[in-house]
Amino acid sequence: MAVLRLDRVSRWFGNVVAVNDVTMEIGPGVTGLLGPNGAGKSTLIHMMGGFLAPSSGTVELDGEGVWRNERIYSRIGLVPEREAMYDVVTGWEFVLANARLHRLPDPEAAARRALATVEMTEAQDRDISTYSKGMKQRVKMATALVHDPPLLLLDEPFNGMDPRQRLHLMDLLRAMGDEGRTVLFSSHILEEVEQLAQRIQVVVAGRHAASGGFREIRQLMTERPHQYAIRSDDDRALAAAIIAQPSASGVQLLARGDVVSATGRRDTSSALHVQATDFAAFVRVLPRLAQEHGIRLYEVTPTDESLESVFSYLVAR
Amino acid sequence: MNATVARLTARSLLGRRRALLLLALPAILLLLAGLSRALAGREDTTTVGMLGGFALGTVIPLLGLIAGTGAIGPEIDDGSIVYLLSKPLSRSSIVTTKAAVAMAVVTVFGAVPTLLAGLVLSGTGARLAVGFGLAALVAGVAYAALFLLLAVLTRQAVVVGLLYALIWESLVGNFVPGAQALSVQQWALSITERVLGTSTAARLDVDAAVGVTTGCVLLAVVIVGGTWYAGRRLRSLRLTSDD
Repeated sequence: MAVLRLDRVSRWFGNVVAVNDVTMEIGPGVTGLLGPNGAGKSTLIHMMGGFLAPSSGTVELDGEGVWRNERIYSRIGLVPEREAMYDVVTGWEFVLANARLHRLPDPEAAARRALATVEMTEAQDRDISTYSKGMKQRVKMATALVHDPPLLLLDEPFNGMDPRQRLHLMDLLRAMGDEGRTVLFSSHILEEVEQLAQRIQVVVAGRHAASGGFREIRQLMTERPHQYAIRSDDDRALAAAIIAQPSASGVQLLARGDVVSATGRRDTSSALHVQATDFAAFVRVLPRLAQEHGIRLYEVTPTDESLESVFSYLVAR
Repeated sequence: MNATVARLTARSLLGRRRALLLLALPAILLLLAGLSRALAGREDTTTVGMLGGFALGTVIPLLGLIAGTGAIGPEIDDGSIVYLLSKPLSRSSIVTTKAAVAMAVVTVFGAVPTLLAGLVLSGTGARLAVGFGLAALVAGVAYAALFLLLAVLTRQAVVVGLLYALIWESLVGNFVPGAQALSVQQWALSITERVLGTSTAARLDVDAAVGVTTGCVLLAVVIVGGTWYAGRRLRSLRLTSDD
């Protein structure tokens, strides 16, 4: 049983705040650290792993501070994001070296076990430099597992993996979580987190935006107001019809030249910007409205579906 | 000290083509020594020029630079140092081990060939081989410690180290008298001067800028202090990531 506790942790680099007043507790099971790129996930993981001092606040594993505490590493397994390893050695030699660095009583057995767990036994005698990205990821995983740690920290472990490797790693992490280990992995992809994590911590722009089970997070995300850009053959009439609906809270009629399409390109035609409070009802009612008023819809585009805007909504709440 | 850290460090220092690079410098030194002895016979002033100028002035600082920065710099650059840092090992034992490996490399590829070149050039006469061999040994160890510290402090360690070795040690050291007192080369030369004895040293114009006591103390400060401080700095090394 390992419990990682972050208490009011902030980290700034010069005058850039990378992590802002984050308090969270991560216990046994699989936890996903979800957030867009640049949200501060890696900075958080570095602080959790004791590689970076918090500018303020504390990080503790089972009540013991992790910063400048090398003993803590007998209880932490880390899978770094960067790919570089000692690639002049073979996978076997590298995992064995990691076992020896942990001063395990039987390093050979531990290395064999770890390589078997990640299914790398067959390729273990090849130089690491000849491995594919997925194989390197698995060897990294083996080095993190070699001392059987109760806490696993993985920084973007699915990056660059093909779907099969991804499923395999997910099964592995799920099994680790079921064994009662504390597994924390970061990702910027909602679906990955959805498939694997029992609990989710959402980080946006350095702040702890939300935490909870996947259902709660998903609900938070779908319940936010949705924005659409709509083009039709009679925008003004459509605007009047839309604003009469309870599912919409705002309509803006944009004149020619003001329109920026979802792809960021400036458009020459006019358009409507609609803010829907109940997006499920709105998408049902819109075609009916158009039909009733004899308006032709050319284009309906959600304008804020990117992960960043979904996340920033969570932060702004 | 940790045997596994030592093995990994030695593998990455001597692996690939780096070993060839490390071999090239002493090979040139021995080749020149052999040629000189064969063509010009034994000439002690030539020995002093070659061992003091080329071996101690160029080969040793360059080897110290390659071994000292190479023992830890690439790992910090590519982030693989994290595999050492995420272990229950004290940071100072990591640095001490890496420094020891770098020092051993400089000794094998620099100090021993200097001794051999001295023997080829002057035999055991005038104790030139021993005097410069010893100087090469301590200078190499000091350079390794200094450049390893530099690699922990800055990502530009190789450039900074080259500037130091070439500009400071060679140019400033040779032309600005005061600056010579702050030169690893001069400190090491004070040992050669002592080994040769006053009269031989004066005859062959071996004249260090500092006395042997001062030289040895300063060398010890650089070796011990540099390694200690590198260990301290490694504790607060910030790992960069792509995020």
